[in-house]
Amino acid sequence: MSEPFVIRDCALIAIATGQSAQTLMGLRDKLEIVPESSIYYHFWGGLLRSRFDDPEYQNDFAMWTRHAIHDKTLAERLALVNPTDYPDLEVLRRELVDLIEERMDESEVLPWIKALQSFHFIRSQIVIFDTKRVAATPEELGEHVPHLSLGSIFYHFIDARRRTHLGRDDFTQWLSGFGDEHYLLTERISHIDPYFITLMELREELIHAFRQNAPETEAL
Amino acid sequence: MTTLLEQFEGIVGPENIDQLRQLAKLLEGKRVLHVNSTKAGGGVAEILHRIVPLMRELGIDAQWETITGDDDFFQCTKLMHNTLQGKRMDITTALLRHYEIINRENFTMLRSSLEDADIVFIHDPQPAAMISSLPSRRGKWIWRCHIDVGHPYRPVWTFLRKYVQAYDASVWSLSEFAQRLPHPMYLMTPSIDPLSDKNCELPREELEKTYERWGLDPFRPIITQISRFDRFKDPLGVIYAYRLVKEFVPIQLVLAGGGATDDPEGQEVYSEVMESAGDDPDIHILMLPPDDNLTINALQRVSDIVLQKSLREGFGLTVSEAMWKAKPVIGGDTGGIRLQVINYHTGFLVNTPEGAALRLRYLLKHRETLKAMGDKAREFVRENFLITRNLREYLTLMVAIAYGANDRIELL
Repeated sequence: MSEPFVIRDCALIAIATGQSAQTLMGLRDKLEIVPESSIYYHFWGGLLRSRFDDPEYQNDFAMWTRHAIHDKTLAERLALVNPTDYPDLEVLRRELVDLIEERMDESEVLPWIKALQSFHFIRSQIVIFDTKRVAATPEELGEHVPHLSLGSIFYHFIDARRRTHLGRDDFTQWLSGFGDEHYLLTERISHIDPYFITLMELREELIHAFRQNAPETEAL
Repeated sequence: MTTLLEQFEGIVGPENIDQLRQLAKLLEGKRVLHVNSTKAGGGVAEILHRIVPLMRELGIDAQWETITGDDDFFQCTKLMHNTLQGKRMDITTALLRHYEIINRENFTMLRSSLEDADIVFIHDPQPAAMISSLPSRRGKWIWRCHIDVGHPYRPVWTFLRKYVQAYDASVWSLSEFAQRLPHPMYLMTPSIDPLSDKNCELPREELEKTYERWGLDPFRPIITQISRFDRFKDPLGVIYAYRLVKEFVPIQLVLAGGGATDDPEGQEVYSEVMESAGDDPDIHILMLPPDDNLTINALQRVSDIVLQKSLREGFGLTVSEAMWKAKPVIGGDTGGIRLQVINYHTGFLVNTPEGAALRLRYLLKHRETLKAMGDKAREFVRENFLITRNLREYLTLMVAIAYGANDRIELL
């Protein structure tokens, strides 16, 4: 029998790194030296900021390249970078630097264009709260999912990838403790790509996955 | 009797208040001291009037002290304020020495509170130099900078920097406003207090009196800008935008601002605005006392749309104040307005009077969109710009500083 699933909540607090860039070359140079947590923040921090619809670009680097440098080509390339595809933040950092350098090689003026607004590198601290809610079974967890705060979704689905063995989310990690009993549910959840959706949509996908699981558990 | 936390629970929900309690539990009994230069007037005092009682209700031994000074001291800090925000002007060595002396005198007066405190928040440059009187301190000292030091006049920043770099952490309103310092630099956007006179709900009779008091017609649209008479707030641009709309819709314009009697430029701008308004009976220029918060509240509430057409802005909290009253805001595409006005959602960002006129006409024509945007704006403020969010960040910072936490703080 697995330990109960303890539901937690979280909030991010932003910290300025003091590093900023006003050109693409500056962005490349600073990307090499900022802490990993800053790269994490500029990819994932946006999820916990309020937004009303799908942003045009999913990460802050792509957004800045589009709106401050006005280079659609690089913005599109950067926007396509899915952080979940990379084993760790150092590899992701390398990929960003490579993409920027590749684009700078394509244009003589681009590295020097001065942005209207600087890119300010920010990192964050995460605060984790206890919600005092637990689930002993996957069925119970499924009942909790529609009521999870967006902070809880972030903690268990996004932050978990930094904490768990093999970079999994907390749901599939916990379900794997039940052996093959909930194989289908585990599979469904592990196929959810959190990067191109909002936390609200992510919660909807989780609700859907647990609902699909209901007949399966009844049958058992 | 309802406690403050219970009142806030009704506004932001129990989960948010529970988060505050969890954080505060780790700080129970800690002595926290806030120091600034005034108990009345200005955004800092407004925030402290609410944050300190809230901290106390959460079980933290929070206190608030103010420093005192003479005319020369405040002349120096006013110059500091302006030069740190970019004005190029030297401050005499004599004035700077006086600033240091007054800081030392205030330190002596507040010595026991400052020495006993576990965490000290020093707000803005006025009391910043007190830290040098206590080189081996027990508590953690945090400098909260409420002003925009993004492009300071260097000699003045260099002077102040030698004091603020000694702090254990600093807090800034936006990353663009910050200077690099050798300690963690937290970012906290300003917030509004929904229970204050400026933002509390008002009875219908109060709003009806507002129409009467200012000669406003309740049956025609009202657009309002609340701001000082300052060129950066572009009041003349607002009047021009009004005229462009007036050709099509019988609107009324309210331009209401705080007193600027000690500010020669403010007087000049006020005169220009009066001249530009001419004898148009539908332009209402109101010079209000700085603490007439209930009037500002009522004017925002009777408006259909609120403008903040600044050309340059720090954070521009009047935007959130209007949005909290479910008004869409047409704001200048600058500074902190960009964080509050989300184009097509909570209002529109504009760069010209023509742009403002276009959006005004659009919203006045599409009343359902106006209403939906206003509702969205209020929810956006509830999630992002209320004082409870600010308090959570203060508590988080205090936990991080007190417990030496790194990237993760687990309250389990």
